[in-house]
Order: sequence, then structure tokens, then C-alpha cells
Amino acid sequence: MEVASNWAFVGVFLIMAPIFPALPILAATLLRPSKPNVLKSQTYECGVETVGDTWVQFRVQYYIYGLVFLVFDVEMVLLFPWAVAYNDLDLFAFGAGFLFIFLLADALIYAWKKDVLVWK
Amino acid sequence: MGDVNFFLWLAFVVFTIITLGGAIAVVTTRNLFRGTIWLMVSLFGVAGYYVLLEVPFLAAVQVLVYIGAIAILFTFAVMLTRSLTALTDRYNRPVANIVGAVALFALLMLGVILPVWYGIGQPDTTIINAAVTDTEALGAALVDKDGFVLPFEVVSLLLTAAMIGAIVIAREVEEDEKGKRG
Amino acid sequence: MDCVSLCQVVQNLGVADPSIARFIGLLIGVLLVSGVPLLTVVILIWYERKFAARIQDRIGPNRVGPFGLLQTVADLLKLLGKEDITPASADRILYNAAPILSFGSVVMIWAVIPFMYSANPPGAYVGVDLDIGALYFIAIASLGTLAIMTAGWASNNKYALLGAFRVVALLVSYEIPLVFALVIPVMLAGSMSLVDIIYAQSSMWFIFIAPLAAFMFFLSSQAETGRAPFDLIEAESELVAGFNIEYSGMKFGMFFAAEFLHVFTNGILFAVLFMGGFLGLFHELIPPLGFAWLGLKGALIYLCFLWLRNTLPRLRIDQVMGFNWFFLVPISILNVILTALVLKLMQVAGWAPTDFASATFLEVLPITVVLFAKDVIMIVMIMGRVVLEGREARAAEQQMNEDLLVTAAGD
Repeated sequence: MEVASNWAFVGVFLIMAPIFPALPILAATLLRPSKPNVLKSQTYECGVETVGDTWVQFRVQYYIYGLVFLVFDVEMVLLFPWAVAYNDLDLFAFGAGFLFIFLLADALIYAWKKDVLVWK
Repeated sequence: MGDVNFFLWLAFVVFTIITLGGAIAVVTTRNLFRGTIWLMVSLFGVAGYYVLLEVPFLAAVQVLVYIGAIAILFTFAVMLTRSLTALTDRYNRPVANIVGAVALFALLMLGVILPVWYGIGQPDTTIINAAVTDTEALGAALVDKDGFVLPFEVVSLLLTAAMIGAIVIAREVEEDEKGKRG
Repeated sequence: MDCVSLCQVVQNLGVADPSIARFIGLLIGVLLVSGVPLLTVVILIWYERKFAARIQDRIGPNRVGPFGLLQTVADLLKLLGKEDITPASADRILYNAAPILSFGSVVMIWAVIPFMYSANPPGAYVGVDLDIGALYFIAIASLGTLAIMTAGWASNNKYALLGAFRVVALLVSYEIPLVFALVIPVMLAGSMSLVDIIYAQSSMWFIFIAPLAAFMFFLSSQAETGRAPFDLIEAESELVAGFNIEYSGMKFGMFFAAEFLHVFTNGILFAVLFMGGFLGLFHELIPPLGFAWLGLKGALIYLCFLWLRNTLPRLRIDQVMGFNWFFLVPISILNVILTALVLKLMQVAGWAPTDFASATFLEVLPITVVLFAKDVIMIVMIMGRVVLEGREARAAEQQMNEDLLVTAAGD
């Protein structure tokens, strides 16, 4: 139950943490003037009115970075238990982890050579 | 301390509300981006379950991988295919919805809930590895000759394959876009 | 603070019901722990402005209060009074939630930072000594990424959205070298708990054993918080303030404060992971001295962050991404591979300790020297390669220019 008591603290923290920034914002709600008019509520575009739908030219590059990050994220997460047990591992066990990293470094080299990591 | 059990029960209820509520919100909201946000909320609830099951490592993994990478990729994918104002399409096919939901429910009941909770059928109760109690033991087990070293290496191969596949597809999309622009 | 002792204090004060006493104990613990960052933010902002000013050959705030110390308070009061202009078609709930999530996620990191030595129970005074401390702080950082994307989208402004996407791509990319650099202290200490990592440095700080990893962590933290040279997020001349363009008043203030606090938190984390945290002279005799040591080390690294910020020009997005994917990521992976290899070989040969916490200085010395040498060799080889490539590129450019001149003269 030690785990539970530890995480109870995190739980309380999780509830309290949004309260700290919320307080000044609420205070501001009470203290500030409120004079909305049409011009102020419009979307900002360097002083010019917006034209057309709010559409963003989304580049595939963002998605590729996210994807490569996902693969490495999973790899890192599997690497952590290995790193924690590292000091007590024998050479074979260490070699297995080593192979793991090596295979993924290989994947990175593939991505590099195929020019997908370059921001165009 | 009997009250500990009460708090554990309370935490379980809270996490259930978060997970199920978030999941319901994902499928009922009309705004695609909000849907991905609700997905993140629901996944956060699942992370809470992992804490209750006393494997905080998996809870951190859940937040880090699912919310920090996969859900963000979802958002990117949503943005990639739509303009902002077109995020409110509705998918409305009542018959298909009901059939799918009932089939899934039946599958879950027969495959998981009845065997495990009520002992009907053949529950697969092999305990994977009773020695894996904390992260260090998990790490040692992952690379143990008699442990999970083979799945461990296969996972890395799988990840490599996933990355290569994704790169191939992404390059095709890029070629398409260049063709359109150029 | 250890909850058990706090609860007993509360119970002794007369609150009979144990579960409520427990809850109040937890609450007090939370307030104490989060008080540290909240109070530090005010001083931080002042310090940052003074330091930036001095580097830029001016004085900085010096009117409000002695040496301008109350400037932050004045700014806070000003922001409280600013009108909150919310764009009409903004997504209300998400728009308001984003700054709260951004600031809240940074404060949550402080739950796992160990403050000082504790004799009874033996260990350290920490919010909570999570078994997965190191992973926890990275998970929370990824929530911060989420907050920025939400802010960008909720503003319903294409420039905000564009800015937000670039930020998320940047943050997500730089998380890789950050975590790979983090694997090294975890590996050396044999635990993800920050308290264990601190005690594993009792014979030798990790910054001497793994300087390259420390440097990777430093650079990645700088990028993760969106500081120069990676501050294209707030590039005023490009995207007019990026994802927080539609925020005004206190909400903007919260984003602002969150960024400053994040940088300081990263400084403290660097001190904990690589510089021994609260370990120092007499930290056992006088525990608050350990707290002072931690603050000192954190402030030193914070100073380095500021120094870097005020000295280097802003990089372009393609330069930033190139730096990450073609420099930081490969080097950090190589570093992990080499460190793991060398350390394991030395451990098998018996020249390096398997338990750093209980090792003596002499036991740790050989591995320190070897790994330090390995880092130096790596740095020399990499920088040599970079310099050579730079020379080649410049020579090629010069050649190209000369060719152009020749062809122009020939016409």
C-alpha cells in the first residue's frame, strides 16, 4: 500500500496544481474591465480582416516527425527497465539490450538516408 | 486502516468515470479536435488504473506513449485531412452502429468477462511471471535468457519495420503533394 | 515531506478521524512543496530581466522597489487589470484550460524533486519518492506539450495554429535526446527514483562520469522550454507571437510564468540528475544547508540557460530540426551504446562498482576517468568532423562563386 499512499500525494497534487494558476485568472476576472466590441473579438491577422475559412496548410513533415518520435518513444520506454536493472545484468543480458538499441539506431540511419528527416 | 480500502474504491470509481466518460465523449462529440482531447482524457483514466494495480511504471508509459505521442499523432492526422471549419461532420448509420456494438459486447462477454469473473468457460489464468514485481525485476526479466528476451528483440524488429513502413508511405504522400504543387 | 509524520502532527493537533488527518497532511505537504516554485517564480522573473539587461549593456528594472525587485509584483498587478480579449469563435473551455494546464504541469514536476537530507526516516525530504521519478517528469513534460497545442487550436487563428504545430514538432523532436541523456543517470544509479540517483552520486557527481550526457540534457532542456537559440516559437518577427497570440491579461501571464518556471525547474533537475542534488559539505549535519546547495546548483545551471539565451541568435526551423535529428539524436544514441558497453565491460572485469551508492571515491575513479576520456574522444571526433565538413562546404561555395565570376567575365 506504499504505492497507494505515494500516489495519493500525486493525486492531491494533480487536483491542486490547476488551482494555483486558476486563482490569479479568477482574480483577474473580478478586477479587470470588460468592454467587448466587435473589432476586439475578431481573429488577429496583423490588423487585416481574415479571408476565407481558417485553413492551415499542414505539412506532412510534422506527421513524419511525430511518427519517428513515436517509434523512439516506445523504444526508450522499453529501455528504461533495462537501464534500471543494468548494474546487475550479466554480459548476455546486457548484449540483448545492446542489440535492441542497435536495431533502432539502424532504423534511424534508414530514415536519415531516405531524407525524410530534413525539414523542407 | 479500513479507510484505505474506501479511498481505493473511491479512486477506482473516479478513474472509471474519467475513462468511460471520456470514451463516450470521444464518440459523441461533434468536433473532431475535441474528440482527440477527450481521447487523451480517457487514456489518462487508464493510467490511473495502472496506478491502482500497483504498476506505476505502466502508468508513466501510458501517459508518455499514448498521450504524449499517439494522441498527438491523432491530432496531426486530423489536421492533415481537414480544414478547421470542416471538423463537424457526423457519421450516422444506426443499423451498422447497433450491430457493431452488440457484436463487440457479445465478444467481450464470452471471451473475457464471463470466464474471468464468473468462472464460466475456460479462463486462461496462467500467471505470466510472478517474480516481476517492480521495474528492476521487469528489466531483468526482459533480457533474461529464460525470460522475455526473444519478444524483446522481436519488438525492436517490429518497431523498425513500423518506422520503415511509415516512412515509405509518408514519402509517397510527399511525392503526391509535390506533384500537386509543382 | 513524509506524510506519516505530517499526519501525526495534524492528528496531535486534535483532528481525530485518521483519514481526514491523512488528507489534511497530504494537503499541507502539497502546499509546502508547491510553495517553493511559486515563490521562486517571482524572484526568477526579476533575475532573468536583470541578467538579460546586463548582457545587453543596460541596467534593467530598477525603479520599482530596491533594485527593481518589486517589478514582477507590479507586472502581476498590471496583468490582473488588463482586459481579457477572447476571440469570438474561440473554443471556450479549451481556450481557458490551456494556460492552466501549461502552468499546472510545470508545478507538478516539483512533487518528485528531493529537497534535503532526512535522517529519520533515512532518505530525503521530498514531496513523494516515486519509484519512477525520472519517467514521471518526462511524462508531465509531454502534458505541457499538449497544453501548447490546445492553446494554438482553441484560439481559432491560423497563425496561432501554425505556431502551435511548429512548437509541438519541435518539443516532440527534442524529447528524444532528452530521454536518451536521462537514461545514463538511471543506468548508473540503477533506479529511476530521483532520491536514489542523488545518493548514487555520493562518491562522484554524474556530470564528471557522463559530461556528454549532461550536455545533451542541457541543450535538450533549453529546446524543450522554447528558449533561444530555439525560440522560434515566440519569433516576433515571423509569426507574431505564435500560439499565444490571442491570449491577453492573466492568461498570457500564466504562459509567461510557466515558461520561466520550466527553465528553472530544468535547472534544478539538471542539478539533481548530474550534480548531486542536495549533496554537499555538511548536508547531513545541517539539512537546510543541503537545500541551499540544491538551490545554488540549480541557480548556476539556470544562469547558464540564461547566458545561452541572451548570447546566441535565433535558429531557423530547418536548422533546429537538422541540429536535433542529425546531431543530437545520433550522438545521444551512440553515447548510450558506448557508455553501456564500457561500463559493463569494466564491471565484469571488476574495475567499476555495480552499486554506485555505496562505492567509495577510489572505486569510482577508474570508471570516471575512462568514461570521461570516452566522452572527450567522442567530442573531438564529432567536432573534427563538423569542422571539416564546414570547411568543405565553404570551399565548395567559394569554388562556386569563382566559377560564376569566370563565366560572367567570359561573356
